[in-house]
Amino acid sequence: MSDIAINATNLTKKFGDFTAVDHVSFQVKTGEIFGLLGPNGAGKSTAIRMLCTLSVPTEGSATVAGFDVKKADGKVREHIGLVSEKMIMYDELTARENLRLFGELYDIPKDVLSKRIAKLLSFVRMEQWADHRIDTFSTGMKQRINVIRALVNQPEILFLDEPTLGLDPQSTAEIRELVRRINIENRTTIILTTHMMAEADMLCDTIGIIDHGKIVALDTPGNLKRSISGNDTTFFEFEVPNLDSNIVTSIKSIGSVKSVVQDDPTHIKVTSSGDDSFDILIDALRKNGAQIRTVRNLEPSLEDVFLRITGHEVRDSVAKSPAPERRHGPPGMRSNKRVR
Amino acid sequence: MGVKRVLRHSAWICWKDLLEFSRSKMRLVMLVLMPLLMMVMVGFIFPTGSSISHQPVAIANLDSAVDGTSFGDRFISQLELVNNDTGMMDISNATGFDDIKTMIQDGKVSGGIIVPANFTYNLLAHRQGYITVMTDQSNPQMSVMMQSVLTAVIEQLGTQLAEYNLNQTYNVSLEDAPAVLQPYNVETKGIVPGNPNYFEFVAPGIMAMVVMMSLMTGLPHAISYEKDMGTLDGMLVAPTSRWAIIFGKVASQSIRGLIQGFVILVLAVVLFGVAIHGSILLVVLLIMLTVFSFVGLGILITSFADKEETATMVMMTFMFPMMFLSGVFFPIQQMPAFMQTIANFLPLTYAATAMRKVMVLGAGPSAIFTDVIILAVFGIVMLSIAVPMFKRAMSR
Repeated sequence: MSDIAINATNLTKKFGDFTAVDHVSFQVKTGEIFGLLGPNGAGKSTAIRMLCTLSVPTEGSATVAGFDVKKADGKVREHIGLVSEKMIMYDELTARENLRLFGELYDIPKDVLSKRIAKLLSFVRMEQWADHRIDTFSTGMKQRINVIRALVNQPEILFLDEPTLGLDPQSTAEIRELVRRINIENRTTIILTTHMMAEADMLCDTIGIIDHGKIVALDTPGNLKRSISGNDTTFFEFEVPNLDSNIVTSIKSIGSVKSVVQDDPTHIKVTSSGDDSFDILIDALRKNGAQIRTVRNLEPSLEDVFLRITGHEVRDSVAKSPAPERRHGPPGMRSNKRVR
Repeated sequence: MGVKRVLRHSAWICWKDLLEFSRSKMRLVMLVLMPLLMMVMVGFIFPTGSSISHQPVAIANLDSAVDGTSFGDRFISQLELVNNDTGMMDISNATGFDDIKTMIQDGKVSGGIIVPANFTYNLLAHRQGYITVMTDQSNPQMSVMMQSVLTAVIEQLGTQLAEYNLNQTYNVSLEDAPAVLQPYNVETKGIVPGNPNYFEFVAPGIMAMVVMMSLMTGLPHAISYEKDMGTLDGMLVAPTSRWAIIFGKVASQSIRGLIQGFVILVLAVVLFGVAIHGSILLVVLLIMLTVFSFVGLGILITSFADKEETATMVMMTFMFPMMFLSGVFFPIQQMPAFMQTIANFLPLTYAATAMRKVMVLGAGPSAIFTDVIILAVFGIVMLSIAVPMFKRAMSR
């Protein structure tokens, strides 16, 4: 096994006039957790689908586990597992039957498969539910089975497309823990997509920030955060009950202020530089009649990184450019025709 | 990728489909209920000679007796006698043509019989007696039926009277009278024993149709549903051939079609008294051939339809003309010429015809050779178009 699990070069996917993934290049090291972070519609899922051989790149190439996704798709498939946004399970079958079916498609000998299924079920503490139908499970339980289903062929590389989407906080924590355990205990390379900064921050060794089909930043979470904070950059969050646009505008006009984000009607986050920035901010707020209720000194988050790099917030991007995420699924015949 | 491996994978996919199917009691009930309803429906909505009963019919007897003899009365009592046996008509009295006309317009009767005023007089004078039959023309089927039934009764009465007259006037014995009256007669003889009923006509066609439907609706539905649900990705991301997915789906849908085909066969024999005159083996082989000839079409629709909803709409568009133009419900020979031409281009026509020939007429393989060849060629042509289309549709 080489050091590089995935090597993508100028990977591009177009659906008609719409470029979902635009000349993306990155490498994923063996054994790491690589995160593709970006808003909905940024092209994360399409990138994953190309790497999983479910979608043929319009341009560029990629090798996964040492095999070319175009020329040796069959070989790639033997070495990967996929947890996609939609659960890949048959509701009317039991957990064991589901695992069994997918195991058979990988030509795993019967006795080996039975043992492996038992092991996987105990790995997620679902042994006693093995012979219950999937549609009797809670969403969290379903997702646990869905994840181990992707492990049935003991893949070197596991793809997780928004693995915690739609889960309650407890299940989300459970799945994140599971992802980490798979990475550590099985030494599986993991590539996951998420639109949640916290999730990427928590899990990933390397993060590629993807926006409008392009990778705009690629580094470790720590480096990414450091990249936007010089030694003299500080982050503050003010709670101002009588916040208005005047106050926001006046803060923005201060020379040392790098960015201002208004989260809700009473909170603003301010990034500014200089040793005296706190005094300047307080003075400006007081001068404009702002009643300051609380002040917090913040660590830079990936959210700030994203904002700094793309110039808009993750949420912003969802609202302003609702690039159809649906297009990442196999598109219709018609769009296929337009490609050619 | 070895053939054995592809087949093993498709067996698993087929097993999965059938297991899923069997988990829903509702679906299992429908598997039997659908063909049953279909049989009952088409079997009973079409009127047959024996199915007409208690039709309200008005009779106006305008005849007057001559020397105490009234052939009008005799005719009516004879008619009532025949009617008591068959229960075909509910007879009521009317005063004349206009009265019956009003009754038909009001929907009170479906037809009327008028014995004219000088009926007995004419007959006694050795002239022909006319009996007028009135029918409800807004109900063509009924009208035709009434006319033929009444005509038969009247003819029968006329013959009886003529025989009586021959006997009385010319001393011809009653045994010889029929030969004098009708030197020529027709005897209808089918090539298989028993009287054919409408079920025998319709059951083979429905079998072919249900097999077609399970492939044309089941296949696109099964694949596009999995596409929509995202589960198809699970198979596509595994190192399994696209062929295995097609084969597996085709196998599970064909098995479903076969089961429904057999449900119809059993229902037809047990409940509707259909006798199978040909070889059962040939029937089974024909069902399989029908499956083969429609597989390609099913796959083709699947690859064109990106969403389940689209698939359903596309398939409906193709299926309904096929159902009605292929001679499943109505004999093709009864259709206008240009419709017959269209029917000749529909593969279901050949499947239904061949199935009928074997089941009803007891035909052997040589009699259905042309139908078989056409079905096989259609299947091969469709598959050779559909499979590349499907493979391309899968790799987008």
